[in-house]
Amino acid sequence: MELTAPRAAPGAGPGAAAAVDEALAEFAAEVGPSGPVCVRGGGTRWCQGGPGDPEARVVAAPAGVIDFEPAEMTVRVRAGTTVADLHQTLAAAGQRTALPVRPSGTVGGALAVGESSPARLGLGPVRDALLQARYVDAEGRVVTAGAPTVKNVSGFDLCKLLVGSLGTIGLIGEALLRTRPIPQTERWVRAAGADPKSVLGQSRTAASILWDGSAVWVLASGYEVDVEADLGELAGLGDFEPADPPELPPHRWSCSPASAASFGPERLGGDGRFVAEIGVGVVHADRPQPPRQMSPGAARLNDQIKARFDPTGRLNPGRRP
Amino acid sequence: MTGLLSRAAGRVAGRRRSRPDPLVADLVAALGPDRVQADAAARYLASRDASIFSEGTAGPVCFPASTEQVQACMRIAARHHRAVVPRGAGTGLSGGAAPLGSPVVLSMTGMNSVLEVDLDNRVAWVQPGLVNLELSRRVAAHGLHFAPDPSSQQACTIGGNVANNSGGPHCLAYGVTSAHVAAVEVVLSDGEVVVLGGLEAEPGGYDLRGAFIGSEGLCGIATAVAVRLTPNPPAVKTMLAAYPDAASAAATVGAVIADGMVPAAIELMDARAVAVIEEFARAGYPRDAGAVLLIEVDGMDGGAAIQADRVVAIASANGAASVRVAADEAERARLWKGRKNAFGAVANLEPDYYLHDTVVPRSKLAEVIEAVGEIADRHGVSVINVFHAGDGNLHPILAYDSRIEGMTERVAAAGEEIIEVSLAAGGALSGEHGIGVEKRDHMDKMFSPADLDHQNRLRQAFDPHCRMNPGKVLPSPHSCADIASLKAADGALWG
Repeated sequence: MELTAPRAAPGAGPGAAAAVDEALAEFAAEVGPSGPVCVRGGGTRWCQGGPGDPEARVVAAPAGVIDFEPAEMTVRVRAGTTVADLHQTLAAAGQRTALPVRPSGTVGGALAVGESSPARLGLGPVRDALLQARYVDAEGRVVTAGAPTVKNVSGFDLCKLLVGSLGTIGLIGEALLRTRPIPQTERWVRAAGADPKSVLGQSRTAASILWDGSAVWVLASGYEVDVEADLGELAGLGDFEPADPPELPPHRWSCSPASAASFGPERLGGDGRFVAEIGVGVVHADRPQPPRQMSPGAARLNDQIKARFDPTGRLNPGRRP
Repeated sequence: MTGLLSRAAGRVAGRRRSRPDPLVADLVAALGPDRVQADAAARYLASRDASIFSEGTAGPVCFPASTEQVQACMRIAARHHRAVVPRGAGTGLSGGAAPLGSPVVLSMTGMNSVLEVDLDNRVAWVQPGLVNLELSRRVAAHGLHFAPDPSSQQACTIGGNVANNSGGPHCLAYGVTSAHVAAVEVVLSDGEVVVLGGLEAEPGGYDLRGAFIGSEGLCGIATAVAVRLTPNPPAVKTMLAAYPDAASAAATVGAVIADGMVPAAIELMDARAVAVIEEFARAGYPRDAGAVLLIEVDGMDGGAAIQADRVVAIASANGAASVRVAADEAERARLWKGRKNAFGAVANLEPDYYLHDTVVPRSKLAEVIEAVGEIADRHGVSVINVFHAGDGNLHPILAYDSRIEGMTERVAAAGEEIIEVSLAAGGALSGEHGIGVEKRDHMDKMFSPADLDHQNRLRQAFDPHCRMNPGKVLPSPHSCADIASLKAADGALWG
């Protein structure tokens, strides 16, 4: 059998040769190879990870949706795009992402901060939404992490390292995100006095279960027929009525799901207000969580990661996740 | 693909051994004589995985029973400047467990306990040697399961799933292993134990858990894993759609996704796959079909019924000759039995097979399958397509007879061309089997030097001396320390 050279196949070129577009190239040039630099999105979580170095040059990632393929359930978007704008584009095809929507919050900011939406129970965490990232590294190069497909195990998962890294590994310029269908129905209901653990055990449609120590809110999500059936079952656990979701206190605590479901005001000095995400473990509270201790081994690994990716410490100095 | 050569080398090395090696003596002192095997047979068994790749020769094979014993093995190996290669059930398909550089092999299958089922947090702490399906069996009484379900789930281990970030048919809706692991206890190459991730919603620091999962044994050895447990869906509908050709089956996949559904699974099997599966497993697939789709939707009763109706309509609109909905659990199990036994069925066709693994955008499925068929024809190799169509994850099976001269080379050439067409279509090298040695030298087709440099930085942050599973994943110019680690063993007794 005679061997012949592989034919050129249709479609985009291989990832290694994929072109860096003008906007991304300009962003890389702006970041450059030296000097302290930090990236700013909408500034909605600007204080995250400690006060940034005021001497650091502030750059902003480019904006715009590059490519949306509804049948692939993926969208390629520049990191400076607001999540709200992105979701407006996606909604035209009945889709959205797992990224949280905050006024003026950007895609790059949401990824760098890594905080998931209060509907994480249904949407999944932000970290699972990032399929491919193109970022500018400490040397000013454009680096690609991940693959342009919904599934990939080609090499190390640098995307996971980027999400929540607060721009200390690289500055994200462009992201390929997994999208999800917007469900037929989404309805918030509330019941005073319901037991949050029972609701979690019972509900099959809850995309979010919030509990403030006395009332439970459920975001029932899915096909109308399922939501109706689910709410019918939930009636056995409390007097659920349509309601707006609760206002979330400003500080974010990270607990285990079990710990969040047994949270109490005693952990907030006796009189604090909180809203716990049941089944997830995030607790929104009116005062900050006491500092958590990282194990010495984990702390050492974190230091080594930072030192390997940013030896001079120029990326987002002053901040650490 | 140097199986015979390395097998022969292994036998010679085994015979040459005459007095206790100091490395073996140290390992025996730490683990006891029953937990260290250094004879030729044990080392031969540990020198292969389920792939066709057989580079390397195992050094002593250890069967640790605890995290402390894994630590001891790591420290002893470091003292003797030897690499360490972990292995689970050996079901890997990319040569990830191939023992390059005559390493100390750590077989983790003895650490197979469920340590704790924590229903309040919906997680279970398990040891890495626990078999995937056994985990789901152990939590079934609580109405829960472990979602990743690779075809090898009756044999593959959770540790191997973590190393490869394994998938399976149902990962379409539920996500791959990374989405189902909350925390991993890891022994690093210097013997230190560290817990990556945690049960809390947002563990502090970098997502080292996420970085570790899928690192193919290059970042350390998992000694305990906190897996997330998923509630069993109350309603499941499984359908089999038969088509005149693979192109219309592939078109259905894109149409279903574009309709706003994410089914639990969409598997495509081509005509040849249907024929060998029916011969082997009698799954009830129509033998005259040009291709079939196995589609599963789940959820609550109402939504599952709506989705099933939509799937039937879309399949018919895209040319399905028939769509059967499994009437009961027995019929559903039979339909899945065909899919899950596909690879075993191929043994009836040819004595050897190479199971490939690439990913393409869903919209490119039809043209890439056609291109794969042309490539196989050109090289005179039989190709059978059985794959996770819903996420574009191709698994062409190249069936062949390695006794025919030049056949192995033809299969390798066809395999390379399949990589080329997949990447040219905007795809990825591997969707679930990993890179291992199989695709190591293709990594620069998908990634730039800067991209690979960053992957190597991640690896070196975990293992600065590149002692863990050296010679895998990264092509050698991007992992210079590997060379030192591999060379260290050259003059050793076990070389």
